[in-house]
Amino acid sequence: MSPVHYVALSVILFVIGAVGVLVRRNAIVVFMCIELMLNACNLAFVAFARMRGNLDGQVIAFFVMVVAAAEVVVGLAILMAVYRARRSASVDDANLLKY
Amino acid sequence: MTHVLAAGTNTDSIAVESVFWILAVLAVAAALAMILVPRAVQCALMLAVVMLCLATMYAMQGAPFLAFVQIIVYTGAVLMLFLFVLMLIGISSADSIVETIKGQRQAAGLAAIGLFILLTLGIGHAALGPATLSAAAGGPNNLTGIATLIFTTYVFPFEVTGALLITAAVGAMVLAHRERATPRPTQRELAARRLASGHLAPDPSPGVYALHDSADRPALLPDGTTSEVSVSSVLSPRDPADERRFVPPEETLEITAESGEWEPSPSGKADS
Repeated sequence: MSPVHYVALSVILFVIGAVGVLVRRNAIVVFMCIELMLNACNLAFVAFARMRGNLDGQVIAFFVMVVAAAEVVVGLAILMAVYRARRSASVDDANLLKY
Repeated sequence: MTHVLAAGTNTDSIAVESVFWILAVLAVAAALAMILVPRAVQCALMLAVVMLCLATMYAMQGAPFLAFVQIIVYTGAVLMLFLFVLMLIGISSADSIVETIKGQRQAAGLAAIGLFILLTLGIGHAALGPATLSAAAGGPNNLTGIATLIFTTYVFPFEVTGALLITAAVGAMVLAHRERATPRPTQRELAARRLASGHLAPDPSPGVYALHDSADRPALLPDGTTSEVSVSSVLSPRDPADERRFVPPEETLEITAESGEWEPSPSGKADS
């Protein structure tokens, strides 16, 4: 398969993840959708690495995975803190900073 | 199959092509299901399907190292972390259907279409060529090549990533830490409360004299009534849709201590 197919698939997955971030209200599900978008980016990186014929894209994808892991750890800890304070994991309930 | 996974580079055999299309359809379907199913656990399972599909695609594209990192780190660790937090926060927290912002779904759909068009145009204008990954880069030397790049060209980002991971670990510990709002009651205070409550004996055991010999049944007292304090608050029947009825024993202690009259906590262990 040419890398174009993989990049097209990554575009589709990225858009689906973006829609999930916009429409879902459970904060954990929003996080999972962000992970989906990061995965789509990784797929594009790997496809570009294959297209360019060197390994730089794979290294960047590796870094994306590491940063995503760190982001998940901090984000889930924040979610736990919010849940303890508000007894809810919905993004609509964390509205103390509104206005 | 090993040929399919090891191909990565040059030949577009029928097997590679069919595996790509099967995985692509599977991944898109799972991603769509992920944003459509109401429950968070099902979302996590769908995300696992997408990640495994992508891992196979990495292997097909000459990135075996990334494929295994994807399976071990993403599907193994990150997704399990998600499930762990889901179990802590409440497995029954389904999304509410009501829109809080008027027309949010339509706006999101429009934004998605716009984003899709934008990205597709970008790809269409880009000069995407055929695969040129050399056999040396995609073959058994993939790991060596990545390691060489990480420790030579990208050594500074690698160090920064290490600092980021340490900061994230410390930050997670700080965020997950909970300070006690009130000082821990000493044994003397607990004894004084118990004396003041007028209920000196231990709490009745659950269900011992009742019809059912089960721990979630209240005990039958000698006067014929049942004793609610004999059932642990964790086990007391609760509506799974309403998570707020569950009050951890520690908070029960604080509430009753505030209101002045101390009732022994149902679990019988006030300091737990």
